[in-house]
Amino acid sequence: MEDIDKKLLSEITDVENGEFEGAYNIRKNGQGIERKVTENINIVTKKDVSGIDIFVKENTKFEFIHIPVIITESGLKDVVYNDFYIGKNANVVIVAGCGIHNDHHKDSEHNGIHRFFLEEGAKVRYIEKHYGEGNGDGKRILNPVTEITLKKGASLEMESVQIKGVDSTVRTTKGVVGEDATLVITEKIMTHGEQKAETLFNVQLNGKNSSVKVTSRSVATQNSEQTFKSELYGNTQCFGHVECDAIIKDKARVIAIPEIVANDVDANLIHEAAIGKIAGEQLIKLMTLGLNEKQAEEEIINGFLK
Amino acid sequence: MLELKNICFTRDNKKILDHVNLTIDENKLIAITGPNGSGKSTICKIIMGIEKPDEGQVILNGEDITNLSIDERARKQISFAFQQPVKFKGITVYDIIRLSSGKRINKKEACEILSSVGLCAKEYIDREVNGSLSGGELKRIEIATIAVRESQLTIFDEPEAGIDLWSFNNLIQIFEDLQKSKKASIVIVTHQERILNIADSVILMKNGKIEKIAQKEEILDSINGGCCKLKRGECNGRHR
Repeated sequence: MEDIDKKLLSEITDVENGEFEGAYNIRKNGQGIERKVTENINIVTKKDVSGIDIFVKENTKFEFIHIPVIITESGLKDVVYNDFYIGKNANVVIVAGCGIHNDHHKDSEHNGIHRFFLEEGAKVRYIEKHYGEGNGDGKRILNPVTEITLKKGASLEMESVQIKGVDSTVRTTKGVVGEDATLVITEKIMTHGEQKAETLFNVQLNGKNSSVKVTSRSVATQNSEQTFKSELYGNTQCFGHVECDAIIKDKARVIAIPEIVANDVDANLIHEAAIGKIAGEQLIKLMTLGLNEKQAEEEIINGFLK
Repeated sequence: MLELKNICFTRDNKKILDHVNLTIDENKLIAITGPNGSGKSTICKIIMGIEKPDEGQVILNGEDITNLSIDERARKQISFAFQQPVKFKGITVYDIIRLSSGKRINKKEACEILSSVGLCAKEYIDREVNGSLSGGELKRIEIATIAVRESQLTIFDEPEAGIDLWSFNNLIQIFEDLQKSKKASIVIVTHQERILNIADSVILMKNGKIEKIAQKEEILDSINGGCCKLKRGECNGRHR
């Protein structure tokens, strides 16, 4: 593994030197380059399309699965289909994400389609981080699709982060939530320059006592543009909460499009959206502590996206 | 130490401060009181640089700081506790105490500061400084951000607001400790008799002007002797 690979992997997984704990599968420039399976977690290459199937045995407790993707080849368009089958009452942490290094003028693109199938009582924490770097004028494009199906009593907590260097992204997350199941999605995005980021959430609350909480915190600066679209369908007795909170700077644009649909009298759905510049009083408070305006702004944004 | 010279401040055709002159000496606890709208908070904001006067000068240790920004004044060791503490999203109690201290402090040190303002540190240190905290909790955290700073002049804008359940003894103890340990001057905008009681002098504001500056003995006299006019800003000082 080259140094540049290790750096990209560290950016998206917070693991140094590519030394992963538990099961893992590393994909570079459209090919799997390293894989490890464990007694409870099996990873199998798909035969029909590019990608892998990940099988977690029932009752597996507290194991890690890393499936990072790195792209260092300019002009590559990589599409991958990864399916996760999580057994009954298993409890695992899955870390995914894609890092692109593009020093050239051709666009590099990664479209990862992840599908999660959680059996009864399964619990997953899914962390996905997207990162781009490099000095070329070729665009770094990421279009992740996540589809989540939760059976009775299952829960999935998804943290999605895109802080830097991605020129264009359309992020689609779909969820079907069963009885007593819980889906929690937290998204953090920062865009700058001419970047564009589009987020689409579509969640169907189908099971009695199902719940979803979607929180999006974003910062749009310079000429960048973000669109946040959420569609929440309450089809039975359920609870859903979508919150979109954005800080806007310079000539950036943020568009929030909420759609909450209650198809049942016992559906309880809430949508909150707030877009605005940094509150003046927050800047003043930090300046009274000795930070200059730029430092104060950085602290506020770092805190907001933490 | 700090001198306000001929400060005028008008907004929306209303004279909020009208040729205010004031000197604050070293190691003094000064209370500013008076009716609502008399210009008390505006004086404090002008000292901190949050508002700029239309006329007049702010002099700190002989240096004209009228045109210095808020952060430049903060670095000259002026501190300001807000009447309504500012809320953030994502910034934790530890973050704000660390930023206030201006140096690397660990969680243990930050916890000690929190304990000194009457908060159970473990419960609060990792919480966000947001609307989930009560007014009283936010106020104590605000005071902690002041207590951790090295200041030669600290301004409290109505510190008693929002801490109804907190014993005033703690608050007053903090003012006294701050003054003793750091040899700093403290300016407190207040309506509270018990704070007026510990002040070296009390400034009475009315209609944007300093109506009177009363010395400690006079204040005690008036409080013990029941001169309520002092607190209402109507005392002419002749009652002694």
